Formats: sequence, structure tokens, C-alpha cells
Amino acid sequence: MIKRITFPNFLLNSMFMVYCVLCLIPLFVVLSVSLSDEQSIFQSGYKLLPMKFSLDAYAFILNGNSPILRAYAVTIIVTLVGTVLHLMISSLFAYSLSRKEVKYRNIVSFLVVFCLLFNGGLVPWYILLSKYLHLKDTVFVLFIPYLVSSVNVLIMRNFFTHTIPESIIESARIDGSGEFHTFLKLVLPLSTPVLATIGLFTAVFYWNDWFTAALFIENGKLYTLQFLLQSIMNNIAFLQANSLTAKAALAQPDETARMATCVLSVGPIMLAYPFLQKYFAKGLTLGAVKS
Amino acid sequence: MMLPGLLYIIVMFYLPMLGVVIAFEQYNPIKGIFKSKWVGFTNFKFLFQSDALFQITFNTIVYNLIFIILGIGLSLVIAILINEIGNRFLAGAYKSILLLPFLLSWVVAEYLLFTFLSMDKGLLNSLLAQFGVEPVQWYSEPFYWWFILPAGYIWKNVGYFSVIFAAGIAGISTEYYEAAKMDGANKFQQAIKITIPMLAPITITLLLLQAGKIFYAAFGDWGMFYNLPKESGVLFSATNVIDTYVYRSLKSMSDFGMSSAVGLYQACVGFILVLVSNFLIRLYDRDSALF
Repeated sequence: MIKRITFPNFLLNSMFMVYCVLCLIPLFVVLSVSLSDEQSIFQSGYKLLPMKFSLDAYAFILNGNSPILRAYAVTIIVTLVGTVLHLMISSLFAYSLSRKEVKYRNIVSFLVVFCLLFNGGLVPWYILLSKYLHLKDTVFVLFIPYLVSSVNVLIMRNFFTHTIPESIIESARIDGSGEFHTFLKLVLPLSTPVLATIGLFTAVFYWNDWFTAALFIENGKLYTLQFLLQSIMNNIAFLQANSLTAKAALAQPDETARMATCVLSVGPIMLAYPFLQKYFAKGLTLGAVKS
Repeated sequence: MMLPGLLYIIVMFYLPMLGVVIAFEQYNPIKGIFKSKWVGFTNFKFLFQSDALFQITFNTIVYNLIFIILGIGLSLVIAILINEIGNRFLAGAYKSILLLPFLLSWVVAEYLLFTFLSMDKGLLNSLLAQFGVEPVQWYSEPFYWWFILPAGYIWKNVGYFSVIFAAGIAGISTEYYEAAKMDGANKFQQAIKITIPMLAPITITLLLLQAGKIFYAAFGDWGMFYNLPKESGVLFSATNVIDTYVYRSLKSMSDFGMSSAVGLYQACVGFILVLVSNFLIRLYDRDSALF
């Protein structure tokens, strides 16, 4: 079907194109600064296109013992472990809340909903994690606080109640399958849409989390990418930690190295996004539209 | 199967709720919650005497009002307009580009913004220089931030809201539009008379969610207020909100009792806001209200 290009449609399209460009330009500028020569930035400021192309910044921040590689490793581990554990605990929890024969499930459901309406606030939470659970300055604090989210549990519970047919679970039970076995072999494979979307959002959350590290992490070896990025913004010295002489420090790219770190930290999301964006859109609607 | 999740929410969400007693203590990190000195309402007395309280409350409420009205309104318009684009490929492309900023962290956004607003190197100042305007010190004039922060919020969230609205529009039966066309309604009338009323339930859910976020200390989306202005003290009159205030007083002063009192105050303000918005929604449509 070929549609005629009408004037209002043309206007609409150009409007959206302008808006999209506005959305993307900032990212593009950061990329182009990171690819510029430090001297040219120093002389003429940030530009839309690199005046003098150079990969120095990347060579500098990716050299052997740079803090960025370490932060990358920490972030990847936290994201992976956190997401997997989050999915495991939340789906088990949500599944048991969705089964009608579970005792007290209404009370527990209420407990979950109530978390959405009230919480103790930042300070008691901080004290609990640092003083009573002794998680401060450990890698665990980076994922343990977010292993269950009430919203995700509610979304999963709705999914399980509405899309997993009761009869499948009953027939499995007649065939002698235990509860846990049924969950693993029947329910989970049928729930890939909800697991995929919640998994994606959790992974992005862990990847982008700067706040937990800012509160609990003092040991430079446990910095996450986002927290490192935040520290660099305030203090470029982080990148220069391994420079020995002041003279070498002068020659090092500052501004461009900053921006290159930023590019590297967004990189994985940007690369994965085209493949994942369908799931993101689905996941959003899964969460927002009441069923 | 419920056990891990249940234990988790009790420890992580319900124990901190008991921790609000810290607000009434002169908390001593060594003695812990149970042995610290009980001081009654002293913390609150100090809080209500400080000048900061009015400012942070005012900023929190005004910004959230701007965000909710502007953010949701604009997303609704964008969702309707995208739906009008005949070309499905283009419409999909716009949606994915608009959604992209939603996946970036506020720390990254800080970098993006800095490339525009930096005093000596920023794009905006060099653009102004072309017109012979003096460079502006964006990071030291609070007034501008009343526009920059909402712009940041819109940049990040409009894609997310409009994807949700677009899903809602897709769910509206085409018969309504056909009937309207028969009656001679134009596109604009259709949007006003059909699309917007049909989207009311989603809009209300989003409104309540956003209102609820205000008292979501630590877990709400306040990274923007903390990161975008780069911690510039001069800007506090326009950028300090309850969350950043609590976080700063915890990080820098380590006055647990005091910041806990602010947290409790925030929970109360937030609760009142949810009650008010719920009341307004009840006036409009009883069924959509929370309670």
C-alpha cells in the first residue's frame, strides 16, 4: 500500500525528526569530544564534529591497570548476579502469591502492596545495611538491596495468574510432579515474556545505579562504572592515579578522557538497544496497563 | 517457595520502617538504634526552625507539579501524534529514539548537559558568542535551572510515558473512530472526544504513581536534582529538594537523627500529596481512585 505524502503528515514527520535529533545530539557531542584531540578542545571548546580526530583518550583510559577496566568488571558482575538473583527470588515469590491454595497469600500480598505506599526512608535503610547487616564496602551491597521490588512482584503475580492455565499445573500434579519441579519445568518456560522484560529492566537498573556505590563504597577497587563516572566529573585525578610525574599528568588528555569514559559506560546499552527496544516497549506496557 | 521473598521484604522494607524512631533520637552510630539517647521532638524543632525546610518543600512540590503536568501532557500529545503517522516504520523509529534517554543514567545525563552548558567550552555559549552575546554562567545562576531541570525530566521521561500511552491508544477499538468519521468529526475532534477520554484510566494510574514517587525517599527518581547541577551550592535555591537534602545531610554531616527527621517529614508530605491527588481523582471519577 502506498500512501500519498500529505502536507500535515510531512509536517508531523519533520516535527518528530527535529525532536529525535534533539534527543540524540547530546550523545553525539559526547562521542565527538571523546574522539577529538585534547589540544583542539582546549583551544576551541566542545564542537559537534571533532576538529582534529584522535583516539588518544581511549588509548589513555584503556591502558593496563586503569580504574575503568576494574569498574567495568565490578559493574558486569553486579549486573549479572543481581539480575539473576532478582529474577529467581521475585518469580518464586510472585508464583506462590499467584497460587490460590497458598495460605495467607492475601495478607502477604497486602504486605507487598504496602511497601509501595510507605517506606522507612533513606536513613534507617542506610543504618540497617551498614551497621546491622555489615554490608558496607563489600561487593554484596551493590546488588543485595534490590533483589525484590514490590512492583515487579505484582507484575509477575498478575502474569502468572492470568496467563498460566490452571489445568496445566493440575495435570502436572496428577502426573506426580512436585511444586518446585512444576515451577521450573512448566511455569518458567511459559513465562519468558515477563521474565525477559523484567530481567532487562533490572539489568539496566543495576547498570545505571550510582547511588548505592556513592553511599556504601569507599574502597576504590569496588567502584562501579556510574560511580566512577560521577567521581571523574568532580575530580579528574581518578584517571591520573597511575601517572608518576607531574609532567606526564600535563600531557594526559583530561576532557576527552572524561567523555571517553562516559561513552564507554553507555556503550553496551547503546549497542544492545536496537535489538532489545521491542522488549523494552513491551515491558513498559506490561507494567503500566492494569490487567 | 514464598519464604525467601517474604523474609527479604520483611528485612529490607519493614525493618527500616521501625527505624523511623531514629528521628526521635540523638543517634549514636556506636550505640545503635536501641541504646541511643531519646530526645523526643528536638530534631523536628531544629528542622522547623531552619530556613532550608520551606525551600526544599516548595521546590519538591513545584517541580513535581511541573513534571507531572508537563510530562504527562506532552507525552499524551506525542503519543496521539505518533499514532497519526501513516508510515509504521518511521513511527517505530521515533518511538525507539524517544525511549532511548530513559535508559541512560542521570550521571551520563550530567555529562551530556555539561557539553552544552560548560562556561568556557560549552556548545551553548559558543553559539551565543556567534550572535555576540556574552557567555552565560549556567552553573551559577539559579533562575535558569527552573527551565533546565524540567527540560531534563522531559528529555528522559517523555518517551517512556508516550510508549505507555501509545499502547493504550492501540487498545481503543477502531469502531469508535469509524463512527466519529461517519458523523464528520475531524482528527482533532476525534482526539479530544475519543482518544483522551479513553486514556483517562492510564493517565490517572500514571498520575498517582508519579505523586507517590515524591515520598519514595532514596528510591525515587531524584538523581536528576543531584547530578545535573553538579552539586553547585549557588544553585541550591532552585535545585535543592527533600531527597537531595536528606542525602547531603547524611553524607556530609552524618547527623542521622536530623536526616531521619527530614525523611519522616517527607513521608508525611508525600502521603498528604497522594491523599490530595486521590481526592481530586475521586471528584473526577470514583472508580479510578486508589481508595
